Amino acid sequence: MNEPMSPVREEELHALVDGELPDDRREAVTAWLSEHPEQAALVAAWQAQAEAVRARYGAVAEEPVPARFNLDALMRDGGGSRRPWWTFAAAAVIAAFMVGGGAGWMARGATAAAPISSGSITADALEAHQLYVVEVRHPVEVPGSERDHMTQWLSKRLGYAQRIPELQSLGLKLVGGRLLPGPTGAAAMYMYEGDSGERFTLYCAKTTTPESALRFREGSRYAAVSWVDDKAAYVVSGPADRARLEQVGKAIYEQIDKGNWKKS
Amino acid sequence: MVKGGGLATFRQLVEATIPALRRYARALTRDADIADDLVQDTLVRALRSEHLFHGGEVRSWLYTILTNLNRNRLRSLSRRPLLLSIEDNDAPDLAGPEAGGRDIERALATLVDEQRNALLLVVLEGLSYREVAEVQGVPIGTVMSRLARARVQIKSYLDGERPALRRVK
Repeated sequence: MNEPMSPVREEELHALVDGELPDDRREAVTAWLSEHPEQAALVAAWQAQAEAVRARYGAVAEEPVPARFNLDALMRDGGGSRRPWWTFAAAAVIAAFMVGGGAGWMARGATAAAPISSGSITADALEAHQLYVVEVRHPVEVPGSERDHMTQWLSKRLGYAQRIPELQSLGLKLVGGRLLPGPTGAAAMYMYEGDSGERFTLYCAKTTTPESALRFREGSRYAAVSWVDDKAAYVVSGPADRARLEQVGKAIYEQIDKGNWKKS
Repeated sequence: MVKGGGLATFRQLVEATIPALRRYARALTRDADIADDLVQDTLVRALRSEHLFHGGEVRSWLYTILTNLNRNRLRSLSRRPLLLSIEDNDAPDLAGPEAGGRDIERALATLVDEQRNALLLVVLEGLSYREVAEVQGVPIGTVMSRLARARVQIKSYLDGERPALRRVK
């Protein structure tokens, strides 16, 4: 039907990879590829992509189906116990950090116990975190009891409105804050403390970093989640307990994000 | 088909598709929790609108619901800046068996939603071009160009080009 060397269209190469090429054409296209190494390499690359996708996700379908997908139960409750939409969004952010940088940094932390340093804002924030969370008497410059004053002062120094999140619901009390040198001027650090003495810090600074730096990083003792929103970088640092950090990060993200909604 | 012979009921067909839906959702969202939430929403919606199902492939219909729900989810996210892009400039990949999986994961993350849907439905879920066209509600030609663009983008990502420099065909 087809001439063995009739011109091969790119769609046919895709169809070949996807098993959509009619039998009578497959042979001709395969023969054509043997004489066109560049296109053959392309086809091989597409096949490798498909295999990588299957290798990465194929096993999910082999997992036992979780009980939550029992259809009778779903009919009854209709999935009524769903989380509010914002946790959905925040979970995605955190997930993005994990996917993006988590594994690499964990592995790095395992080989080198040295503090994380990369010249990035997150590294600056983690350094500040490590430096100040161990302070017993002077962890902050302005105590949390002077929240209004601190908000005013740091908003002025950083050049944009500071919103100091409220984390009481997570059992974290605002210890206070301090001014720090940042990548492009001033930075602010707010410290929170739980009853058991766990401390978290939120580091904020103006940044010119493109709005794409989403990260989760884990060192040997501390971990951080960071994001850039509206030309400001935020880094939440705390003990290397991913679940807890996720919780705190989500809460802070949500409060800051809400603030931005109001503003815009 | 479902074990037990005879005509499978609608419910049985839905149930039999759950593992594949979970796989698709996992690859779409690259997050196990979000993925399972999506599957749950898909199932609830499907069960509730069983009466709207006018025959045809239950499987394609479920993929359609899931794809649409995910698009809604991404839209609500995209109103919020930068929640979707993953860039990792200063944490180089590790060599080793895990590295490949993470690479493809990140490459998928750089795709435009429709392209990612098309690619995953074809290469992971094994749908035909025609079925994907049905799921996406577009002509087959559009499916094929989405597929082609997805492959160009993934290749350029894996070859180390920055996404911003990708060639537009």
